[in-house]
Order: sequence, then structure tokens, then C-alpha cells
Amino acid sequence: MLEAPVVVAAALFYLGLLFAVAWWGDRRADQGKSIIANPTIYALSMAVYCTTWTFYGSVGRAAVSGIGFLPVYLGPTLVMALGWFVLLKMIRIVKANRITSIADFISSRYGKSHLLGGLVTIIAVVGIIPYIALQLKAMSGTVSLLLSYPEIVMPSRSATMSVAADMSFYIALILAAFTIVFGTRHLDATERHEGMVAAIALESGVKLVAFLAVGVFVTYGLYDGFGDIFEHLATHPELRHLMTAIPSGQGYTGWFSLILLSGLAVLFLPRQFQVAVVENVNEAHLKRAAWLFPLYLLLINIFVLPIALGGLLHFSGQGVDADTFVLTLPMSQRHEGLALLVFIGGLSAGTGMVIVETIALSTMVCNDLVMPLLLRHKRQSLDESKDLSGVLLGIRRGAIVGILLLGYLYFRLAGEAYALVAIGLISFSAVAQFAPAMIGGMYWRGGTRGGALAGLSAGFLIWGYTLLLPSFAKSGWLPAAFLTQGIFGIDLLRPQQLFGLTGLDEISHCLFWSLLANIGAYVGVSLLRPPMVAEATQATVFVDALKDTGKLGAVLWRGRAKVSDLQELVGRFLGPARAQSAFAAYARRQGRGKLVTLEADAQLVQFAESLLAGAIGSASARVMVASVAKEEPLSIDEVMHILDEASQLRTYSRELERKSRELTAATLELQEANERLQELDRVKDDIMSSVTHELRTPLTSIRAFSELLRDDPKMHLADRERFLGLIVSEAERLSRLINQTLDLAKIESGRADWNGCELDLKEVVEQSLAATSQLFREKDAHVDLDLPDNLPLILADRDRLIQVMLNLLSNAAKFLVQGAGRVSVKLRVLADALEVSVSDNGPGIRPEDQELIFEKFRQVGDTMTAKPAGTGLGLPISRRIVEHFGGRLWVESVPGEGATFRFTLPFADAQVEEAAVA
Amino acid sequence: MSKKILIADDEQNIVISIEFLLRREGFEVLVAGDGEEALARVRAERPDLVLLDVMMPRMNGFDVCQALRADPDLSGTRILMLTAKGRDTEVSKGLGLGADGYMTKPFSTKELLAEVRKLLGM
Repeated sequence: MLEAPVVVAAALFYLGLLFAVAWWGDRRADQGKSIIANPTIYALSMAVYCTTWTFYGSVGRAAVSGIGFLPVYLGPTLVMALGWFVLLKMIRIVKANRITSIADFISSRYGKSHLLGGLVTIIAVVGIIPYIALQLKAMSGTVSLLLSYPEIVMPSRSATMSVAADMSFYIALILAAFTIVFGTRHLDATERHEGMVAAIALESGVKLVAFLAVGVFVTYGLYDGFGDIFEHLATHPELRHLMTAIPSGQGYTGWFSLILLSGLAVLFLPRQFQVAVVENVNEAHLKRAAWLFPLYLLLINIFVLPIALGGLLHFSGQGVDADTFVLTLPMSQRHEGLALLVFIGGLSAGTGMVIVETIALSTMVCNDLVMPLLLRHKRQSLDESKDLSGVLLGIRRGAIVGILLLGYLYFRLAGEAYALVAIGLISFSAVAQFAPAMIGGMYWRGGTRGGALAGLSAGFLIWGYTLLLPSFAKSGWLPAAFLTQGIFGIDLLRPQQLFGLTGLDEISHCLFWSLLANIGAYVGVSLLRPPMVAEATQATVFVDALKDTGKLGAVLWRGRAKVSDLQELVGRFLGPARAQSAFAAYARRQGRGKLVTLEADAQLVQFAESLLAGAIGSASARVMVASVAKEEPLSIDEVMHILDEASQLRTYSRELERKSRELTAATLELQEANERLQELDRVKDDIMSSVTHELRTPLTSIRAFSELLRDDPKMHLADRERFLGLIVSEAERLSRLINQTLDLAKIESGRADWNGCELDLKEVVEQSLAATSQLFREKDAHVDLDLPDNLPLILADRDRLIQVMLNLLSNAAKFLVQGAGRVSVKLRVLADALEVSVSDNGPGIRPEDQELIFEKFRQVGDTMTAKPAGTGLGLPISRRIVEHFGGRLWVESVPGEGATFRFTLPFADAQVEEAAVA
Repeated sequence: MSKKILIADDEQNIVISIEFLLRREGFEVLVAGDGEEALARVRAERPDLVLLDVMMPRMNGFDVCQALRADPDLSGTRILMLTAKGRDTEVSKGLGLGADGYMTKPFSTKELLAEVRKLLGM
């Protein structure tokens, strides 16, 4: 089943299928039902990174250097995992400025420079051509391998046959035709190709399935799993070197430069820029791609080593090229179906790369190379032509054919000298030259057009000298002496030991010198002069892309233009119908039914320019718009002023937001504080009202009795003496009240003086009893004492404790019934404290009142006679004193049976310990 | 016939002084030590005037005042609130509840007598 007609039919059928998917995708996009608005499809389309280099070449690389194939996948993995924000910023910039390619990006950043766009395009085309050659080599190689089936014959050297007989030539032509049909069917303002992306995503799926199928076949069909392969390996000591972590001859520098190179490539390869940035539908898709794309890379690499080792063991000594193992292993086992699947997988890898890469390159060639030249030299004929969209398409199609033919040419010239991977790395190194201008452009305002030109030129020249020209020399198209003796025989200029730098592999060597010169020239030349108007404007648009720069571009334009002129201009490049609908849509978005005004504002001019930018590049768009709009140039001062204002405005608005947030928070705090204050105020009011009440009451009696005595000099002596006695006792009550109120206020505000020292509690109790003995004698009460000796000491203020004891004892005395009173005072030792209890056989306290009595001014009494004397502050003060020394004061009582007040005080040493812990 | 006055207050010394004052002026004086007792004695003995303290146990002066005014049989009883709480809100609350007069402690005995006489129409 592997006869030529079958193989060709299968290939053509597969390409037809791809085309059908693309056609369907484009149609759905036109209907507004995008089939690629899906993060998985976005991630799969990124896998266009994996070309035939991966599909065939990884095994070839692994057969030489073990896991040396890995770093080119580690780079992208690291970039996606850690550097996705760079990608995000690129997407934002591209969408905001309708950028269509990496050349457009760089030219736009440095003041919409034609020269820069052209240079980037040349670097990209020259740099990518080896890469396209690689695909041609791999695809034609596999076709001829299949056609020699069942024999396994290595493809013959193309260089020896005529072009007409060379299959890769026809493959190049077929691919060119296919790409033209694919990518340039119509011209779109944003240069997006939904159908193409859908087809690429499908291809990514196909190549992964095909590769995994071969992997499973080799690992579990030919051998008995991974372990079995490695066991076989043990019998071939000559292959042992493949199993070391860093194989000899590669070194850590090699790994580092490959990781760096591939990390830059995944960002700046024209086709990666196309699928990841230009074709991005929704920046949220980046989130899933950030792990799904690395996962894809992991999957497609799992079986690389087993296939390589299996091939080396299987074809030992048969001269089979390791780059073909993926195909030749199934062929050798007569697995025709699997071989065909592998061929289709390889075809997917190759066509995917070629299609996207050439479309991206042709856009660049058209917009950044040919259009500017036409604008300069054929302005007259351009102005006469009504509709230029056909011209644009023609340029792009020509570019596609040209690029593929150049790829074929390189393949004929240099393709045979290198393995697949080595060719790919030459291209990667060229693409890496974009990094300083790209990354610098996105994060550094100081980069200038001159700097970018100098950096890119320097890097490109060194790349050409140290990598591209040697590849020709190795193929015999340049004298070999160029390599060994340097140009003009100058030893220091040997291209791969430049200035005597040895000990590096050729890729690391090129990367070192080219990036050094590139970055040095970029930064150095940029610093020579401050950015000019256009550069400064674009620097702000790019560097601040993640902030809201809004319509900065429009703000920075001042001039006069007519709507009709603009629309006609756009119509000439996009076709009148497209221009008409785009302007109508713009009017609707602006909330105007029709653009009737003759004068266009800055925003409309900006809009027209961005429409044109999609078709002919931002630099050419600028020139074209300038031809119909009379722009009044802004001076650098004015621009800097506007930019300053814009950034100040942003600063102000951020500041304002911050302030407003702070204000909200402060208001909230204020509210809370106010509530607390009101609560405190209420409490204070209550206390004040209680205090005044308590003060007014004795005053009332004193004043009333005094007036009675004054107004009645002949009052009976007995009454007189009674009233005077009452006045004195009420005066005493008043001073007691004042003292206690002040005392409590002092304790509560924390300003009380405490003289803490170690005390014998028994002594305190006895002293207090002595002071109150008169009270009990008056009531004729019996006092029981239970005060053991040698108690542990406690830590407290002696006078304060006596105050507590006096309060409790006088309370007890107050409620005793005359003649029948019993009071008992006890001291007990608890686990870590002493407890004092004072019990009486008075009326007792109702359960609901037992906490109330510890509140201020809350005396509890029933009748007029039972209204207790006292201030209502004694117990609150006592409780605070006891609690200050770490104890507790409470009451236990059954109404009618008396009350027992108890308080505890911790041992002195326990308190010291506690203090130590605290 | 001498007018009958009830003193309702839980402060013993204040009661003693007012009682002495009023008796000297020839009034018949009754005493109650809390709100409930005051209400009961008003109903039982129909005094012409009640000197009503606000802060009393069991039932405060405002509640007593309200209860008295809710009883149509007692509409002739005059009420003079005596309280140590002199804030305006307290005064208007007492008057709002139907008290006929309001005096703040401490008071002058002369003014008290004048107020008592005024309320009794003497």
C-alpha cells in the first residue's frame, strides 16, 4: 500500500482536508461564529513550533547526544510559564495598534520607520530561509524513502541531480500554491486568518498522534517497554555516552544558549508571533496556553529517546540516518499503515510551519519592504490607480513563491551538510537578533530608531558571518579556507573562532558575539540622543501598553483632513465596499448615525491609519494618511508636554483612586469611632446623671434641715440635735461619695497608684477586723474566725486590700439583725491562691441581684427602712481592686439565709512566674 | 379642714425633713417609701397632693404618675414631682405624664411651700 500513487493521493487528500477546515473556519469567522475562539485551539496552534525538526530531527539529535534534544523545548516551557506577561504585553500592543507582523511591530515602536521595517523583514527572510529548507529536506526525504519501500534506501543528494528531477522542487511549488490559496484569498484589515489557525491546530493534533503512535510501537511493539530498551543498551557500550546528563562536547554553555535561543524563538519567530500574538482572539486564552503548550511539548518528547535508542540498536551498522528513524522503524517491520500515518504526521509538521511562516513573511515583505519602495518610486502610478487591493495581494503571492524558492535554493546549496536540527538552529540564531529591539522597545522608553537599526544590523552581520556563511563553506560553496583561516587569511577573523574565542560550539559562539554587538549597539546608539517626537510617542504607547493609554495616538495628532478623502484612501487599499462598512461601523461605535462632517477629527484619522496599517503596515499607512491629511507638526516640546500631561493625569487618577479608597476607609473608621464615642458618651452621661443624683440626694436633706433650723430659732432642743446629727451624717455621706467617685475614676482610668508588695493575708484580715469591731459590737453580733497560720504570701497593695475587707465587713454589719447577727470570716488555701470569705446571716440577696450589686450606684433594697446606707460604689471598687491583683470577687447567697462574699488572690510566687512568662 | 399630702420618697432623711416642714405648716402628712406603696396609699387615703420622687424602688415616680392619671377617680389629686435628676428631658417627661409641678433637689423649703400652696389653691 505504499506505492507512489497511494502516497501521493494520501498526501493530496490530507492537504485537501486541511483546506476544507480552513475554508470552513473562514466562513464561520465571516458569519461571526469563530471556531478558534477557544483556548485549547489557541494552544494547539502555538504547537506550530514543532516542525519536522521536532518530528524527525529530535530523534536524530537524541541518537547523537542523548537528551541533548531537550533544551529547545525547555526554553519555550520556561517562557510560557514565567514570561507569559511579555506575550500578554505584545498582544495588547498589537491589538491596540493593528500591527500585522514582527517587522511592523519594531518599525511602529521606533517611530513608524520604513527603514527599520525593511531591515527586520530582510533579517527575517534571510534568517528563516534555512528553516524552510529544513522542511523541504525532511519532506522530500521521507517521500523518497517511502517510495523505495520495501527497501530502505537513504535519499540521494539533491545537489547531484537536475532541478527538474528533484522532488523537493515540486514540493516547494505545491506548498507555494497551497499557501497562496490558504493565506491570501482576501485582504483583511487586521491580517487575521481564522481558517488557517483552525487548520494548523488540526495539524498539531495529527502530528502528536502520529508521533505517539510510533513511540508506542517502538517501545512496546519492538521492545518490551522503556526498561527493556535500556537493558538492551547495556550490551552496547559504544552507546553508553548517550545516557549521561550533559553529553560530552555539549557542555553547560551549550545547554544555556539553546534554552535562551529557543525561549527567544518561541516569542519572536515570525510564525510564532503570527499564531500567538496576531491571531490571538482573546488574551484570556493565554492562561490555558501557558500550561497546555508546555504539556504538548512534553508529550511529543516522551518517546524521543526510546525511538532513538531503538533505532540505533535495530539498525546498528546499517548506515540508516537517525533523522529517519521515526519512519524507517515502522517500515522495517512492514507496518505500512503506521508508516503512512508517520508520513502524514511529518507532512503536518512541515506544511504547518511552511504555511504560517511564509504567510507571516509575505505580509512583512509586502508591507515593510515592497510597499515603502512603491510609495517612494511609483507614487504617481499608485495615485492614479483606484483600487490597490489587487496589487497588494499580488505582491504577497509573489513573496510566497519567492520565499519558498529561496528555501529550495538554500536546500540545494547547503542542506546536505547539516542535520535537521543544526539547520533549524541557524534560523533560531537569526531570530534571536530581534530580542533587544523587541524587549527593549516594550520596557525601555529610551530606545531609538538609530539604536534599533544599529543593534539589528550589527547582530545580523555577525550572525551571517559566523553562522550563515560557514554553512555555505561547509557545503563547499565557499572555499574551506574561509573557515580555517578567516577572511583574507586573518586569523582573528576566523568566523567560528572570532577574535580568538574558542571552546564554544558554533551556536553559542554566534549567540555570544551577535547578541553582545546587538545589545551594545542598541543601547549605545540609543543613548547618543534623546528620543524624537515620533519615537517618544510610540515609546509611551508601547511601554505603557498594559496601562490605560487610551487614545494617546489620537491626542498626539493635530491637523486637518476630510472624511471623504480618508474613506477613499482606505478604499483604495481595502476595496471600497470594505472601507464603506468599516467607516459606517466606526460611526455607529461613536454614536453617530453617519459621518456627515467634512472635517475628520484626530480620532478618525487615527482610525483610518490603523485600518491601513493592517493592510500595508504602520509606516506606509502613516505616509498615505499624511498625503490626504494636512498635519501640523508638533514640536518635541509640545509632545513631551502632552505625554507628561497624560502620564501626570494617570498619576493623578491613581492618586485620586488611592485617596478615595483612603477616604472611604477613614469615613468608616470615623463612623466606628463616632459610634464608640456616642456609646462612651451615653455611659458617661449615665454615670454623670447617677453621680449628680447621688450628690443631690444628701444635699437635699442638708439644705432642708439647715433651712428648718434657720427659720425656726425656737425649735425643740431634741429636734434641733436630731437634725444637726442628720446634717453631719449626710455631709459625711457626701464626702465619702466624692472620695469614692474620684477613687473609682482613678482606678478605671488606670491612674491609680498601686503599691504592690508581698503580704501575709491573715494580718490584713485581722487588722480590718480590729477596725470594724465597733460596728459588730453595736449590732451585738457574734463573729466567728477561721484564720490558719503560715499561709503563703500574696502580692497586693496593703491599704487597698484593707479597703476591700472594710467594705465587705461593713456591708455584712449593715444587714445584720440587731442582736441575732452572726458573721464568719474564713481564710482558705486553694491550689494556687488564697480565698477569703465573709458570711453573714442577713436577708441575703436575690439571684437576679447578685451581679447587679457590683455595678455602680446599684444598691438593692426593699423598703424604706431597708434602704441601705452607703454610696453604691464600695463593691464595684472592691471588685476592681481584687481583679487588679489577679483575683476574683463574687457573692453566694440564698435569700433569707444570708450572704457570703468571697475573693481570691493568687500566691505571690505564682504571680511572679506569670509575669515572667508574660 | 387641713389638706392631706403624701410624701413618696425612699430617702429617709429627706422624708423626715419634708414631713417636719409640712406638719409645722399644718398639713396632714402621709409617707410612702416606694412607688407601689405610694400608689396604694393614694388610692386608699385620697391625699390632695402627692410629692413624688422619681428614683424609687419597685415602681418609679413616672410610672406612679402615669398610673394616677390613668385613674379618673383620682383626677383631683395634684402631683408635684421632686427629683434629683434635673435635666430638661426629665422635667418635660414628668409634665408630659400629667404632673402638675416639678421641683429639682436640692430645693429651698420656702419655694417648696410656695409651690405646695399654689397647687392646693391656697
